[in-house]
Amino acid sequence: MKHSGVEYIVKSLRGLKRFGLAAIAASAALLLAACGGPAGVTGENRETAGSGAGANVEKTMTVAMITHSTPGDTFWDIVRKGAEAAAAKDGIELLYSSDPDGAKQSQLVEQAIDQGVDGIIVTLAKPEAMTASVEKAVAAGIPVFSINSGQEAWEAMGVLAHFGQDELVSGQAAGDQFNELGAQNVICVIHEQGNVGHESRCQGVDETLDGKMEIVYVNAADPTNVQSTIAAKLQADASIDYILTLGAPQAAIALTSIEEAGSGAKLATFDLNADVVAGLQNGDLQFAVDQQPYLQGYEAMDAVWLYQTNGNVLGGGLPVLTGPSIVTPDQADTLSEYVDNGTR
Amino acid sequence: MTAPASTSQNAKPADERIATTSFFGRLFTKPEAGAIAAALVIAVLFSIVAPQFTQPESIATTLYGASTVGIMAVGVSLLMIGGEVDLSAGVAVTTAGLTGALTIYWFGSNVWVGVIASLIVSLALGLLNGWLLTKTKLTSFIVTLATFFMLTGINLGVTRLITGGVATPSIAPGTGFASAAAVFASEIPIFGVNVKITVFYWILLVLIATWILNRTRAGNWIFASGGAPDAARAVGVPVVRTKIGLYMGVSFCAWLLGMHQLFAFRTVQSGEGVGNEFLYIIAAVVGGCLMSGGRGSAIGAAIGALIYGMALKGVVYAQWNPDWLKFFLGAMLLGATVLNFWLQRRAGRGDKV
Repeated sequence: MKHSGVEYIVKSLRGLKRFGLAAIAASAALLLAACGGPAGVTGENRETAGSGAGANVEKTMTVAMITHSTPGDTFWDIVRKGAEAAAAKDGIELLYSSDPDGAKQSQLVEQAIDQGVDGIIVTLAKPEAMTASVEKAVAAGIPVFSINSGQEAWEAMGVLAHFGQDELVSGQAAGDQFNELGAQNVICVIHEQGNVGHESRCQGVDETLDGKMEIVYVNAADPTNVQSTIAAKLQADASIDYILTLGAPQAAIALTSIEEAGSGAKLATFDLNADVVAGLQNGDLQFAVDQQPYLQGYEAMDAVWLYQTNGNVLGGGLPVLTGPSIVTPDQADTLSEYVDNGTR
Repeated sequence: MTAPASTSQNAKPADERIATTSFFGRLFTKPEAGAIAAALVIAVLFSIVAPQFTQPESIATTLYGASTVGIMAVGVSLLMIGGEVDLSAGVAVTTAGLTGALTIYWFGSNVWVGVIASLIVSLALGLLNGWLLTKTKLTSFIVTLATFFMLTGINLGVTRLITGGVATPSIAPGTGFASAAAVFASEIPIFGVNVKITVFYWILLVLIATWILNRTRAGNWIFASGGAPDAARAVGVPVVRTKIGLYMGVSFCAWLLGMHQLFAFRTVQSGEGVGNEFLYIIAAVVGGCLMSGGRGSAIGAAIGALIYGMALKGVVYAQWNPDWLKFFLGAMLLGATVLNFWLQRRAGRGDKV
């Protein structure tokens, strides 16, 4: 006799029973973990991981933040924390989503329009892919603000203001800093091939650097690839005296590459994290170029609130620059507390 | 009408069952033989265009790059011989590292507790993959694609839940760090050059896998499960158990590589590992494993990983235009695979190689 659909499902579930119990136990453990706290971590530290002050403010508007970040990127985590802090303060419900694929990111903007949000904050790393959806949002009367990338494209799309770092200028600033240090041969390590912002940073370095600059591509998804590729480059060219990584996680890995290659090269990086600050403090890093990602998220969220409640627009038609801010070893001590909080 | 007389009265008709094959014919019917030839071609190419490539420290760096793909390629090659694939293998490495790091962080425990917890979770994930495959009767592509997505989400979600961020804090201050780092992330001096311990683990895993495939009953089961699973089942091969074991083998390799990454870099980014599963599959295929199963070798996969490592690092040593890096890499991998299968086909037909 054939089983009915229901009987079949019940029979299948019986087979899953033991596995299901284990899954429930694991879920319960996870929930308990979420409610508790890690050994040696105080409640004070846990507070900064949440939305912090203003969490009880009544939500009066909804804003979508749509970035091109890949999941698990520490840089974008800081941007998001800034946005969350401003949203909590201003009584905004934040809808965060991201996709590194331009077409898919564009679809996320379309979804935000469909949801009838009160504002959209967007990154324009792939401006061609984003133009149609951003213009559609503007036409629908939704105020759009851009952050981080798209400095050449934001105004033409009808975006109200742009918050970020001029990548070319930041690269030029890094080049100037290298000149002060007497750098002769610099490798610029790009960890996301095809990212126009990364290319602009390296181009900026090349423009102001008195010495020679060369690009090396690595795969950020594989730290061992990053390490061995940089090491190979150092072995191939003993005259390399400085390495510039374009992300904080890559900087920590580059240190092991220098050691592995037995090279005398020194290191500088874009962006900050705890390892970078520690490296600045102990002399492993010469400087860091900080674009203050927390500020990008915070200011953009505040900008939506100011526009919706008072009709204000920042920048006067020019981008609002959050960087570059060159962090040198003597400034590292001041920043370490904020880095530990995950806001710098 | 009489038949024409035989040219030789004593000549017996040739028996194809005892036909002799040349040494090269026998050599190139082995799955890994063509890959060895391709590896030699690439090694010679880069030795000519980049003298730095042959320096001892450069060889050590190239071997390290190859070993981090090769360790996983060992498990993946056995799985592919068994007729399955694992698309979650790349993120499983990150899951292993995260499990160790988060256990150490959460419980403030000795790092070895994290290592053991990671091993248990990794093997459980392999068990789950194999169990789902055999119970649902779905293809391994679908099952492991699902676990790939789930693990990607878990890696990010759990890390944020526990740390409030997307990367784990440094485990360097943990008790027992030095001893664990010595086991998983140390260097061994060979002729004055420091060689990463992963290279030795890689070689050890290749030897063990080769022994399993060629000298044990389990090896026969793997080939049978991949080549003709229904026939294998009919003659008493425990296909289900074999496939679950193979997935657990991949998970073990993921744990080993995950521990290396954790102790080498002291922290884990939760978004890492995506896409690396293809490198492991490529290494196995370049080394002579068939996508359809039933054929291949661990040595072949090791050579495949070596080809990948040589191509990737060779392009850097040769200082070719980095814009074209991926093109050069793809072209060399394709060339190596084509050469391998061409040599095997000719050897199989009995042609002169």
